[in-house]
Amino acid sequence: MEMTGSKILLECLLEQGVDTIFGYPGGTILNIYDELYRYSDKLRHILTAHEQGAAHAADGYARATGKVGVCFATSGPGATNLITGIATAYMDSSPVVFITANVNRDMIGRDSFQEVDITGITMPITKCNYLVQNVESLADTIRAGFAIARSGRPGPVLIDIPKNVTAETADYTPVPREQHKNSGRLAALLKWASHDFKAPEPNVQDIDKLVEMIAQSEKPLLICGGGVVRSRAHQEFEAFANKIDAPVAITVMGGGGFRGRNKLTTGMIGMHGSQASNMACNTCDLLIAVGCRFSDRVALDPNTFASQAKIVHIDIDRSEINKNVQTDHHIIGDAKRVLQMLLERITHQQHHDAWKQYVFSFPTETQYDENKGHLTPQQILSTIAKNLPQDTIAVTDVGQHQMWSIQHFHFDYPGQLITSGGFGAMGFGLGAALGAKVGNPDKTVLHVTGDGCFLMNEHEMATEHYYDIPIITCIFNNRSLGMVRQWQTLIYDGRYSQTDMANRTPDFVKLAEAYGLKGRHITTIEQLEEAIQEALAWGHGYVIDCAIDMDEMVRPMVEGGKHITEFIVD
Amino acid sequence: MNERKRHTLAVLVDNESGVLSQVARLFSGKGYNIESLAVGTTDDPTVSRITIELLVDDRQIRLVSSQLRKLYPVHSVKLLDQAHSIRRELVLIKVHAANSESRNEVIQIANIFRASIIDVSVSSITLAVIGDEDKAEAIQRLLQEFGILELVRTGMVALERGQYTIDEDTKEKGEFNYGKNVL
Repeated sequence: MEMTGSKILLECLLEQGVDTIFGYPGGTILNIYDELYRYSDKLRHILTAHEQGAAHAADGYARATGKVGVCFATSGPGATNLITGIATAYMDSSPVVFITANVNRDMIGRDSFQEVDITGITMPITKCNYLVQNVESLADTIRAGFAIARSGRPGPVLIDIPKNVTAETADYTPVPREQHKNSGRLAALLKWASHDFKAPEPNVQDIDKLVEMIAQSEKPLLICGGGVVRSRAHQEFEAFANKIDAPVAITVMGGGGFRGRNKLTTGMIGMHGSQASNMACNTCDLLIAVGCRFSDRVALDPNTFASQAKIVHIDIDRSEINKNVQTDHHIIGDAKRVLQMLLERITHQQHHDAWKQYVFSFPTETQYDENKGHLTPQQILSTIAKNLPQDTIAVTDVGQHQMWSIQHFHFDYPGQLITSGGFGAMGFGLGAALGAKVGNPDKTVLHVTGDGCFLMNEHEMATEHYYDIPIITCIFNNRSLGMVRQWQTLIYDGRYSQTDMANRTPDFVKLAEAYGLKGRHITTIEQLEEAIQEALAWGHGYVIDCAIDMDEMVRPMVEGGKHITEFIVD
Repeated sequence: MNERKRHTLAVLVDNESGVLSQVARLFSGKGYNIESLAVGTTDDPTVSRITIELLVDDRQIRLVSSQLRKLYPVHSVKLLDQAHSIRRELVLIKVHAANSESRNEVIQIANIFRASIIDVSVSSITLAVIGDEDKAEAIQRLLQEFGILELVRTGMVALERGQYTIDEDTKEKGEFNYGKNVL
């Protein structure tokens, strides 16, 4: 059927099963928004206050649902406002398709109004990006974009469509999603990648070698990385850990990949890792890392990392092997499939009691002094955990509150923790929480943030209010940029350069009220409990502003690049 | 291990706009300088072959070649061992030669290097020489005294000796392609 590029785009989104779009209109994307007006019964569009919020929302939606998130923006500043969001999705392997419009094809390159080379700009932060050359190739490009975003190691894809392409017409025939790979770009790609169309399988010899290594190991340790979450392999991972009876350290991105209440968990690993995790890592004789990339926040010093162990790396992305840490063996494959194959081949239940006894002689969680006359982070988090449903989705911003939340909450399923781990983008939280809630209307969504982070994208409270997306925001308000201040305390001799936020932030409760939400200032546990109950009963956006001490630190801590057990604070 | 040396990478890519800059930015983003770059289509007009030479250490070449393999428009990447490859580039050199004496001398040098003379004018001779960087440098040094007016090189192209090709199916290649399979 002959139709405009705009209509083809929206039909292609329906082919992909998309029902929600986050975005912001503008001059060049007008044709698409005009068509969207007629599709409003099939495609729900959430208009955010800023394109960055839309990008984070689409990312949060993707992380929470496991589906591909979709985000629209116009050319020029609309497109560049997405960039922090695209980079965040890229670093954390979150599948999002970003659609930007550009000026007319024949205006490109002439420095036209609101023109920017967004495919050039986003090259290093997308899995793949396309500038659509003509309306005939539009459907094929969108199909390829979605397939690439969700396949392999997921990630963001950007498709830039010149305005004339959105107005010109071409023939469009709907094609079911499963058949997309039989034609066009995807067929060409598959011809190169696999020579046939069957799903790839991990190498059996590689699996058998690991089974052998496991049989010989007396002190095995597992690392649960973000790949377990993306692959939704939490059940296989837990069965595997139980079967080989190995302690499990969890990375920031791995939160939700391994049930936090399982007795085998040693907590977080790395810079703010628990003593149990970091000591185990330094003493184990076999380290099996699943879907983790040994970032500098985990491995710290790559040369001494797990120096007594044979390191085995299981990942879907071959370019991660030996990138940061030299490994002894690797298996390439989807975490879920690799773990299934391992489970089939490991016949006997193993026992490592002496090793576990050693590992769990170290604390898996930090205890904070509760007698200092003010709320501690731990008190706030345990009060929240006690008062909210166990399957509450926690979305964090970046900084101390993020580390405290990940250390203290126990996550049960993939998508329950949504956090900017790799890119560490302050201001990620509220947008991502909107996306998570839109994707999971039946679950409670908690947004944990700091006074610095919240101020970066607080305007998304307007979106929260307009669409009535009930999020409970909890601000750890220490009147400073806490994590930076912590480094200044420990490493820069207490020279607090530009981190004091006292009198720089607004009254967050009044701010929430100005946007049509409710809120409360909190200084005690009792007030916090009341506030949470009030928030749940009210059922709309709610902001809890918790005053905490400025000098509270995330503990333990190992300085970047240092040996993993060299704690500068316990 | 961490000694920098000249490495040769052969890369097969989709012959499409933007692909070259995608490949090049992997090097620029890491601060590696490309010593030589040559691009052209292959026997298949939809596929281009890029030959890149750069001065990096072993770890850096491994990192960059594995990240190259990850790019969707990239089909194959091979690190060519210089001892087992043939590397050639074409250099065009325009030399000042205003009298018969210097013209004769330039022609002699050209013959020794098996360079061809592709243009002559009253005051200049243009030579084309094919070889690796040693040969190009040697002739360049000899011609310097006549005065080089202009010099241009195509960049090194390379092929492996023997029956080996860039397309061989190796376990490693299969591992890289695993992640490129699309659902």
